[in-house]
Amino acid sequence: MRVVLAEDSVLLRAGLTKLLRDGGFDVVAAVADADQLLTAVDTHRPDVVVVDVRMPPTHTDEGIRAALVIRRQYPKIAVCVLSQYVEESYATDLLSVDTSGVGYLLKDRVARVSDFLDALRRVAAGGTALDPEVVAQLLVRRRDDPMRRLTPREQEVLKLMAEGRSNNGITEALKVSHSAVEKYVSNIFAKLDLPPTDTDHRRVLAVLKYLGA
Amino acid sequence: MTPVRALASPWAWQATFHVVAGMFLSVTTGAVICSAAVLWWAAVLSLAEGPTGSWMLRVLYVVVAVVVPLAVPSCVRFFSALQRERFRALLGVDIAAPKYGPGTGWRRSVRLWTASGMWRQLVYHLLAPLLGGLGGVAVVLCWAAPLLAALWSESMSGPRGLLAFGGATVLLFAAPWLARGVAAADTAAARRLLGRDHAEELAERVESLARSRADLVAAEDTQRRRIERDLHDGVQQRLVSLALNLGMARAASTDRSPQDAAVIAAAHEDATAALAELRDFVRGLHPAVLNDRGLDAALSGVAARASLPVQLNVHIGQRCSPSIEAIAYFAVSEALTNIAKHAEASRAEIAAQRVGDRLIIAVTDDGRGGASVDSTGTGLQGLAQRAAAVDGRLTVVSPPGGPTTITVDLPCE
Repeated sequence: MRVVLAEDSVLLRAGLTKLLRDGGFDVVAAVADADQLLTAVDTHRPDVVVVDVRMPPTHTDEGIRAALVIRRQYPKIAVCVLSQYVEESYATDLLSVDTSGVGYLLKDRVARVSDFLDALRRVAAGGTALDPEVVAQLLVRRRDDPMRRLTPREQEVLKLMAEGRSNNGITEALKVSHSAVEKYVSNIFAKLDLPPTDTDHRRVLAVLKYLGA
Repeated sequence: MTPVRALASPWAWQATFHVVAGMFLSVTTGAVICSAAVLWWAAVLSLAEGPTGSWMLRVLYVVVAVVVPLAVPSCVRFFSALQRERFRALLGVDIAAPKYGPGTGWRRSVRLWTASGMWRQLVYHLLAPLLGGLGGVAVVLCWAAPLLAALWSESMSGPRGLLAFGGATVLLFAAPWLARGVAAADTAAARRLLGRDHAEELAERVESLARSRADLVAAEDTQRRRIERDLHDGVQQRLVSLALNLGMARAASTDRSPQDAAVIAAAHEDATAALAELRDFVRGLHPAVLNDRGLDAALSGVAARASLPVQLNVHIGQRCSPSIEAIAYFAVSEALTNIAKHAEASRAEIAAQRVGDRLIIAVTDDGRGGASVDSTGTGLQGLAQRAAAVDGRLTVVSPPGGPTTITVDLPCE
């Protein structure tokens, strides 16, 4: 799997490159700012882009803006954004284009090597990987909406769905039976007024409702 | 100081120069102002009684009657500046000029008449020729007394001559003190009549205090931002790198002894914990998103980080100034920390809205109540001070048994 990496810190760029290579990714370019990133993406057409948020010149949200450009211009390229801080408003921007093939994680998560590589593979395969912290931030902004109808357990399940986990993943995370998870999921669909059509489609809709996108 | 030494002392001569210079200057300026007044009065009287003579004369009367009142304030202003310069150069006494309103042309002349201090300055310029002039003459006579006595002594002899010399000596020795007295009286009058009045000085002071206070608040804001940036670019990157390397070592440790693996695992946990702690600390300090996207976006992070469920309702629209946003952010952050520590609450709600040019933030919890701004160790006092530093207000409504609402009301600019 081919990766383009954008990270302005030399130290982390080297560390991440090594991590990705050890994890079986093919790092075709490792660059230091958003302009170089866009050039590299245009040249290499990677499967996935890993990008830092704060980069030169202004050190604010260059990474997010570059990610949005990439998502609009190359819908097939998955984007995983890494940052020291995750922000709900950046997440909303990222998810506004499309909720598939997108990840937004705290940089700390890279230290959990296998978890991070799993998340990256999930994103590259068209899934989502949202940091639990950003999900928590999205949750505090819910107002009067169907979300209120969900029980705390169902909210927890929905949160894990938003993080991009499958039913198996949720079963594992919550340490409950597979049938219990299926029941929670169907309850969520019912409470969010999602018609019983294609399950995966409903799953995305539920997450979208949850994220308010 | 002995009288002899006083004669040669710098202060005596300084005062004398000042008084003599003042005598000439005051008499000149007084004369100009009086002449202008007489000229104007004559012109007005002539016009009132019906002027005789050629039409050119009538035009001249009208011109004088109109131009003099317009010119006098500028003239007075110029004379006052000269006098203040005399005090500054010869006595080292700084007298601040009163403030004049803006405006140009005749509007300015009219406004000058109503400006604060114009009449006071006029009084000084009319008084100075009398006091300063007479005082100056007296000082000059005292210094010159022995010379005068010597000139006159030719016509005097015996006891009268001796008396004249004795008197002249006394006057000479009195000269330094007389000069100083006249200079002091002149200074007192000038301070009162040429300087600013009390209200003006207070207004100026309030203005400068408000400015320096705003500067302080902004400086603190800048400082926090700088610290955040330094931590982000330095320590945090290094810690991530450290945690990453330890994570890779941990993942690769297949053929290590259990002890080594345990040490690596512990180091890895410590590094990630340190990262999380540092991130929490910086979040409370000044998150970058606050500058970048404003209070609305930044509050999500602080609400999500709270140890209890928080509901967030923000309706801000147009952003406030960075200092205000920083204070508001900090207030919410502190309020939530307080709730977690003291309130025994099960949930909290943040409502932030902009009403006109005020930013009003209410943080409510369903805890045990009984909080007050004065209770020590709660951080509420510090919040109240911060709010007050930008002319804002913090109020706490917290009956025993709750609920508690902390309201911060801040001006947006």
